[in-house]
Amino acid sequence: MDNMRDKIKEALGNRILEWQENSPKRVYFTLDKKDIFETVKVLFKELGLRFATASGVELPEGFEILYHFSFDKAGEFYSVRVLIKDKKHPQIDSITPIFPGAEWIEREIWEMLGINFIGHPNLKRLLLAEDWPEGDYPLRNKREP
Amino acid sequence: MDLKTRALTKSIWVFHVSAGSCNNCDIEILDCFTPRFDVERFGIQLVGSVRHADALLVTGIVNRKCTPRLKKIYEQIPKPCVVVAVGQCALSQHMFRFGYNAPAPLDKILPVDVYIPGCPPKPEAIIDGIVKLVNKIRNKK
Amino acid sequence: MSHKVIVPIGPYHPLQDEPEFFQLYVEGERVVDIDIIIGYNHRGIEKLSESKHFDQVAFLVERICGICSSSHPYAYVLAVEDLLGGEVNVVPERALYIRAIVDELQRIHSHLLWLGLAGHFIGYNTVWMWAWKYREPVLDMFEMITGNRNNYAMFKVGGVRRDIKDEDIPILKKTLDELVPAVDMFRGAVMDDPVIKARLKGIGILTKEQAIDWCVVGPTARASGVNIDVRRDEPYGVFDRIDWNVIVEKDGDVFAKTMVRILELYESVSIIRQCLDKMPKGEIDADVKDIPPGEGIGRVEAPRGECFHYIKSDGTNRPIRHKIRAPSFMNVASNKVGAVGGTISDATITLAAVDPCYCCTERVAVIKKANNKKIMNGWDLIRLSQEKTNKLKEGLSNARDK
Repeated sequence: MDNMRDKIKEALGNRILEWQENSPKRVYFTLDKKDIFETVKVLFKELGLRFATASGVELPEGFEILYHFSFDKAGEFYSVRVLIKDKKHPQIDSITPIFPGAEWIEREIWEMLGINFIGHPNLKRLLLAEDWPEGDYPLRNKREP
Repeated sequence: MDLKTRALTKSIWVFHVSAGSCNNCDIEILDCFTPRFDVERFGIQLVGSVRHADALLVTGIVNRKCTPRLKKIYEQIPKPCVVVAVGQCALSQHMFRFGYNAPAPLDKILPVDVYIPGCPPKPEAIIDGIVKLVNKIRNKK
Repeated sequence: MSHKVIVPIGPYHPLQDEPEFFQLYVEGERVVDIDIIIGYNHRGIEKLSESKHFDQVAFLVERICGICSSSHPYAYVLAVEDLLGGEVNVVPERALYIRAIVDELQRIHSHLLWLGLAGHFIGYNTVWMWAWKYREPVLDMFEMITGNRNNYAMFKVGGVRRDIKDEDIPILKKTLDELVPAVDMFRGAVMDDPVIKARLKGIGILTKEQAIDWCVVGPTARASGVNIDVRRDEPYGVFDRIDWNVIVEKDGDVFAKTMVRILELYESVSIIRQCLDKMPKGEIDADVKDIPPGEGIGRVEAPRGECFHYIKSDGTNRPIRHKIRAPSFMNVASNKVGAVGGTISDATITLAAVDPCYCCTERVAVIKKANNKKIMNGWDLIRLSQEKTNKLKEGLSNARDK
């Protein structure tokens, strides 16, 4: 059986800042946000992992985005963690140019958390109403009700 | 009771609107038309255009995007008509009422004639609700 | 330059509105582009989750979707149990079997529902009525086990809420036995009817490369040759102790998607029978008290594909982040390549073939500006689709008579 962990470690080398194995099937590793585009290219195109989704959350230290990739043959999940420290103008490279399946997912994160995805071909409202106020991001912690 | 309203109580044609629901109530409404319950034998039909409808069945919490559209539909339906709120979400927005996308429950937007509670209400409950509605209209003079 | 016409389509639950939900760009009879806008069902569940405690969230997520009503709570409790150390380490064995039974029954009812609607779209209203008629015994089984036809409230962190009584098991088996001839009938109808074949074959093709690029899941992916199924890839519950097959087709068209779903019905019946036989006696609930800080991912194979939940906890009794990704979120987006290139009369069945659970995805609509605006509503489109079937029928019977 291929050892996907070794392949990832070999391909990404010292871009990996932290490696955490919560259980035999769940691996979380942290990268710097500038490496995300190249990393996703490696994971999706070269290693053939399937992109499941991406989730964002606002923490005191910044916005954390987790990109969840699935290695279906072994039933394992590899989640890439990036931290965006700039809370006033959070932004990160978009991965939609690599594969179109990421388009809606990044639009949803942008809409809910206000993170700008640089290079996204179609960053507009997905779920909220047209008259929803600009600058109001529902999943952020402090909001006017 | 005038002729128009009395005509409403025979063979009601319903138009169904799902305004932000989980679709459970919608499936149960469609279930009423399937062989086991078969409300078509009473002349009740599901119509495709709101301009042919006598009754408006509304499910869902009526979220922000749907509110103006629901009002538009109500303007288009020929009066007199009845509005039926089906399911807990249409009654009181259920567990979503403190969410950010649930401005107001249905009866603050449209005048509701019948409330059918349940999550989802069984087809028997929906039929019972329609029967109560018909009796209510007939008893109004 | 030919005129571009907007043709709107409503979702398959009769909801008509202006602006409409799908507005396809057509040139003549061909669909050239489609833009998808959703949001009519958005209820802010992820945010609401953060204000409920872990027990209450199970009830909340059940109502994300009425059709996959047990997939979302199952994925959610798997996410929390992943945090706690894994489902098999937390949940007692009898509960695992009960979970599998409820999950597979739900698959049967969902596929029969889809079959009925697909039949309606191509003009076979008899298929609609019969599929939904045979769905009723499945709902009766649910009522016997859980107390409700939909929204079962069966899943909780650490087990299930209700047990299956021993005296009910023969009745459940008998109902399943009566279901199999019905599925045989549907399979025969779809595979042998030349009109249905002509209607569905070659329509709405999604190639394997497109399926991978758009990250689709479930029967939509399996019909295009992408061999993924969470029940086999990362077995949860009892799927690694039971004999069953993953159904994969390779053509990627609507016919392939239909066959995948019909054949999965047989597998589900077999899985439930095995579970009812093998279920041991014992506890059904592990009575989990506290959730420690950490993160967990849970996923199940819903009728529409992989349903993904992610939970982040900080040790309090509420999640600090609950991410939900329903399968239709990925599948509906792929309509951009699946529906383009076909004709308008095929549009409804193509869009319906990914089995869009709008409540999971939050409703779909299309808006784009065009030179000419000619609006047909959703019911007109369904009628167009049904008319095409009639024409095909006439054509085939004329060919036979010659």
